[in-house]
Amino acid sequence: MNAPLPSTIVPPMLVMDHVTVDFDGFKAINDLSLTLESGSMTVVIGPNGAGKSTMCDSIIGRVRPTSGRVLFHGQEIQREPEHRIVSRGICRKFQTPGVLTGLSTIDNLVIAATADRRWWKSFTNAGQDEARARAETVIEQIGLRDRAEALAGNLSHGEKQWLEIGMVVATDAELLLLDEPTAGMGAVESTQTAGLIKTLIGRHAVLVIDHDIDFVAQLNGHVVVLHQGQLLREGTLEDIRNDEEIAAIYLGRAK
Amino acid sequence: MSPPPSRTLDPKAAIWLAALLLAIIAPFIVSAYNLNLIGRFLALSLTGMGLVLLWGEGGVLSLGQGVFFGLGGYVLAMHLKMADLGQGELPDFMTWSGVTKLPVWWAIFRSPVTAMLGILIVPTAFAVLFSWLMFRRRIGGTYFALITQALGLAFATLLISQQGLTGGFNGLTDYHTLFGLNLNLPSTTRALYWLTLLLVVLAYFGLRWLLASRFGTMLRAARDGSNRIRFLGYDPGPYKVVAFSVAAMLTGVSGALFTLHAGVISPALVGVVPSIEMVIWVAIGGRYSVLGAIAGTLIVNFAKDKISTALPELWLYALGGLFILAVTALPNGLAGFFGSDRWKRPALDETLARWRARKAVS
Ligand SMILES: Nc1ncnc2c1ncn2[C@@H]1O[C@H](COP(=O)(O)OP(=O)(O)O)[C@@H](O)[C@H]1O
Ligand SMILES: [Mg+2]
Repeated sequence: MNAPLPSTIVPPMLVMDHVTVDFDGFKAINDLSLTLESGSMTVVIGPNGAGKSTMCDSIIGRVRPTSGRVLFHGQEIQREPEHRIVSRGICRKFQTPGVLTGLSTIDNLVIAATADRRWWKSFTNAGQDEARARAETVIEQIGLRDRAEALAGNLSHGEKQWLEIGMVVATDAELLLLDEPTAGMGAVESTQTAGLIKTLIGRHAVLVIDHDIDFVAQLNGHVVVLHQGQLLREGTLEDIRNDEEIAAIYLGRAK
Repeated sequence: MSPPPSRTLDPKAAIWLAALLLAIIAPFIVSAYNLNLIGRFLALSLTGMGLVLLWGEGGVLSLGQGVFFGLGGYVLAMHLKMADLGQGELPDFMTWSGVTKLPVWWAIFRSPVTAMLGILIVPTAFAVLFSWLMFRRRIGGTYFALITQALGLAFATLLISQQGLTGGFNGLTDYHTLFGLNLNLPSTTRALYWLTLLLVVLAYFGLRWLLASRFGTMLRAARDGSNRIRFLGYDPGPYKVVAFSVAAMLTGVSGALFTLHAGVISPALVGVVPSIEMVIWVAIGGRYSVLGAIAGTLIVNFAKDKISTALPELWLYALGGLFILAVTALPNGLAGFFGSDRWKRPALDETLARWRARKAVS
């Protein structure tokens, strides 16, 4: 089952290989296998408690798989420290915004955009010009130019969401995991967010978790349906919409 | 054309400059008794400054700073005791306890050079090791505070129990010469006072530099969101290790200077209660402000000197009361009454800026 791939084949960017996450007997993720390709757009939907956030957690190292493997460019990462996984080029936005409240908006972005994150580099300004330039670009993208010098802790909820998305983007990671980026946003803001996310595809592979079907439709990505920790269906949004079983357990309920 | 930069000194800086000038000429205007007190309290303020870095900016509360204070103080005191001895002689308390040979970890500090290095290295090396073990295992918050408190208790207990090697409960006292200078001469006292003042000023500028550097930003980031920066690819541990160790080094120097001014170091100065007092100086002065920590240390210790000579029973209650007041009503301490640093803007400014941003979006 876990036979190594022939060396002539380039491995996919990310592979979740039969991953199970067991919380004291409760399998939040149950034998889940999934492949993500570079530059792709994937949307994960599923009812509350389906295990969507836990899936992201198991990729980024916040929870550790009880069994199974996570491979990034063919290398196992499921036992590495979080910051090492991130350094490989995976970054995640959490469901509840976790901005650095005591720092300004722009400083949040500069920290995210700094490429060399080894601690002793913090005594120098090496690479800071590039990081600042990238932060300036991202702050335009997320529309927080006017709030650059404001304390992140004083931003409104929606602004924090955008800052958090901005931080993930600023890292320039190859794979971006966005967990409910529109939580707490209105329709207009959601549409803006969808527009922002679509500009990321290609340069980054993006995996978005969301509840809002309108938002998912705007993203126009490959859709994965999770249910009780298992992959129920994959396909285009049309395929999923026309699937009776899914309509019964998820979309039907959402109506 | 832009307006020429203003030449007028801002009033806060003027006040501090005046205070510094007064401090420099203090030996000629205050009594020897008061000069000794100021010297002691300035020495203590190095401990307070360390806590600004560690607790204020790093968010790590240590209730065991007395350990590092004691390590610096005891290293110097051991040197001072040996400086008064002839060849082959032992400190009096060792002889009384039946110790016949000077232990190696005493003998190393006989030379002034190793003693000075020891004051810097012993507390710092211990701090690096201890904090690395703690932060690597992600121990923080209340657990960390409790562990450091236990460390302080263990240190004081160990000192007391090893009567023949440490001077026990009485500690180490009664020294007369430093680098061949007579410690009782007024000229020596004055020189030591100025040395202390110089070190306080150097530490002040050093800390300001460190806090303004990118390291300072990362330390605040690690304080506000250890997990957040971990998931941005940073390891938060080393920033806290550095903060803890720099604080420990300052505290060690603080202990050594205090030992010189006070003429004694003993377990009663390094255990649990003194360690908590150190935190209180900074809570009252302002834990986000280096100057606030210096002011807090001086004010609380002068108050202690006055109150505890007049009404000894009252002091602990007064201290407790001040602490509760500082924590509940003045989270930024006395420094909160002055100025606003970049990361602590006045609320009004913020509200206005947010309102403007809203208007711009809609
Ligand atoms: N640390 C944890 N310990 C125990 N149970 C957890 C933990 N994290 C999540 N769960 C459970 O796992 C299930 C999946 O959670 P989650 O991944 O957050 O779902 P989703 O993001 O799809 O709403 C939920 O039932 C949740 O209660
Ligand atoms: Mg979730």
